[in-house]
Amino acid sequence: MEKVITCTVCPIGCEITVTGSEGRIEGMRGHACKRGIPFATDEFLLPKRILTTCVKLSGSDEPLLPVRSDKPIPKEKLFACMELAKTLEVSAPIGMGEVLIANILGLDCNLVATKSVTPRQ
Amino acid sequence: MIHKRCDVAIIGGGPAGLAAAMAAKREGASEVMVLERDSSMGGILQQCIHPGFGLTYFDEELTGPEYAARFFEEASAEGVSFMLNTMVLHMEATHLICSNKELGMVTVEAASVVLAMGCRERTRAQIQIPGSRPAGIYTAGTAQRLINRQNVMVGKRVVILGSGDIGMIMARRLTLEGVDVVAVVEIQEYLTGLTRNRVQCLDDFSIPLLLSHTVTQIVGKGRVEGVFIAKVDEQKVPIAGSEQFLECDTLLLSVGLIPENELTKSQGIEIDPLTGGPRLNQYQQTSLEGVFACGNVVHVNDLVDNVSIESINAGTHAARYALKKTHLREGHVVCTPGEQVRYICPQEIALDPNREEVTLYFRATVPLKKVRITASIDGKVIRTKRAVRVNPGEMEQMTISPAALLDGQELTIDIEEVR
Ligand SMILES: Cc1cc2nc3c(=O)[nH]c(=O)nc-3n(C[C@H](O)[C@H](O)[C@H](O)COP(=O)(O)OP(=O)(O)OC[C@H]3O[C@@H](n4cnc5c(N)ncnc54)[C@H](O)[C@@H]3O)c2cc1C
Ligand code: SF4
Repeated sequence: MEKVITCTVCPIGCEITVTGSEGRIEGMRGHACKRGIPFATDEFLLPKRILTTCVKLSGSDEPLLPVRSDKPIPKEKLFACMELAKTLEVSAPIGMGEVLIANILGLDCNLVATKSVTPRQ
Repeated sequence: MIHKRCDVAIIGGGPAGLAAAMAAKREGASEVMVLERDSSMGGILQQCIHPGFGLTYFDEELTGPEYAARFFEEASAEGVSFMLNTMVLHMEATHLICSNKELGMVTVEAASVVLAMGCRERTRAQIQIPGSRPAGIYTAGTAQRLINRQNVMVGKRVVILGSGDIGMIMARRLTLEGVDVVAVVEIQEYLTGLTRNRVQCLDDFSIPLLLSHTVTQIVGKGRVEGVFIAKVDEQKVPIAGSEQFLECDTLLLSVGLIPENELTKSQGIEIDPLTGGPRLNQYQQTSLEGVFACGNVVHVNDLVDNVSIESINAGTHAARYALKKTHLREGHVVCTPGEQVRYICPQEIALDPNREEVTLYFRATVPLKKVRITASIDGKVIRTKRAVRVNPGEMEQMTISPAALLDGQELTIDIEEVR
């Protein structure tokens, strides 16, 4: 299997070609510096992303609260986490960084608030 | 009418205004006021819930609200005063007239002013797409505000015109919300936003990116039913026979931002036609004494980290001006974009006994590979550097020493490919 990965570590954006099979890397070419190696390795084996979205908020002037995963999660789990986030409804007050769903889907990361909200006056 | 006085008044409470306020206070200004028309601080960052902020400034990947909160907390801790729901309607040099939701008209008399009004989006009127005027056409930033702050979904099947960062970020956001993003259509033959966003927002979700394509017609009566797109030639003219119809109920426009400079222009402050923002010197000072500017009101920044750095500079010098601690000027050098450079910011280097190093920010006109960037004074090269790649979507910078510069000289920056 061969996969072309655009490195996003720096703005140069090398196109790194990684060859291997699932779970195993055999070769890598196209990276202009060594910082591209761990990046392309992770992208090939298990690409992860930070998830951000909004959840329903009550008791505040704003209808939504922005949230994130406090660690990157495997890309293929993004939609499953979104489904969970869509069912969540929280109420003010909430502090920035407050955990809203702990250990989401058993991925060893939490869904946290990215904003503090005070209750409606 | 209520009258207020302060050392430094800052118009706009986005990341630019917050950083400028914090810096002005640290520099010793006693009363620093931020005037913001919105009901909360943070500017555009409040709706930018995605990660990607602070990678250079904090060496961490923060979301927009988190990044704004850091500066808001710092500015609050320094004792900056904030006036929300306060729109600056008019200015006479450093004298401001505002309208406040509760207080009515308020005047603010300041020793110096920092313009930090940000920018607004280009709309359909400014790019002129033919066709009917159905509902379902939004700028990408408006859609972002509706979805991320107001809980309003814009449509079910979306085409995005323009590969700017906001458009790409919305492509991902909509996809995660279950909306079908048909394609991102870009008239240029290159991506106009950051590569990172193409990878994480389009490639990750297999959203097609159609370069050298544009929307030629919008179809629909009450609501958008679809758009015709076509390939364009080198002159950006649609190629006959290349049209295809994309069914969609929504079109998002991500076709660029324009600095918000009505107040600036009303004061006759010199505007750089290349940036659409005021001409500045390295202290972020405009052509009007005591008026400084920073952030997107000056030039459209792709990274908020750069906004913070230039805004700290603006706040610091606005405070020095208010405290009468500025150096006497010995003249100035004009910075002019040379080959393959779209603009340079600041546009002028003020010469004074200080002669501290100056960082010039600039953008390439087109994507180029393996380049040499040179800064010259009256045609004589004073600095060169190499880059593997330059891209109009990514700002470049170069630091130069003004030690040997003389009044009336011209500095140019050129980018050339080396083979
Ligand atoms: C959709 C989008 C996505 C982005 N994504 C990223 C990213 O991933 N990473 C990154 O680093 N950067 C990103 N940026 C860029 C970054 O957010 C901006 O460069 C930055 O927010 C600019 O800050 P600013 O303070 O100049 O402007 P703004 O944030 O626009 O703030 C200007 C403020 O001025 C106020 N104002 C204007 N006129 C008046 C007036 N007359 N009276 C009172 N108040 C006034 C406005 O209400 C507003 O609050 C993004 C930008 C946008 C628009
Ligand atoms: S491989 Fe190195 S040079 Fe290439 S994009 Fe990644 S970090 Fe930049």
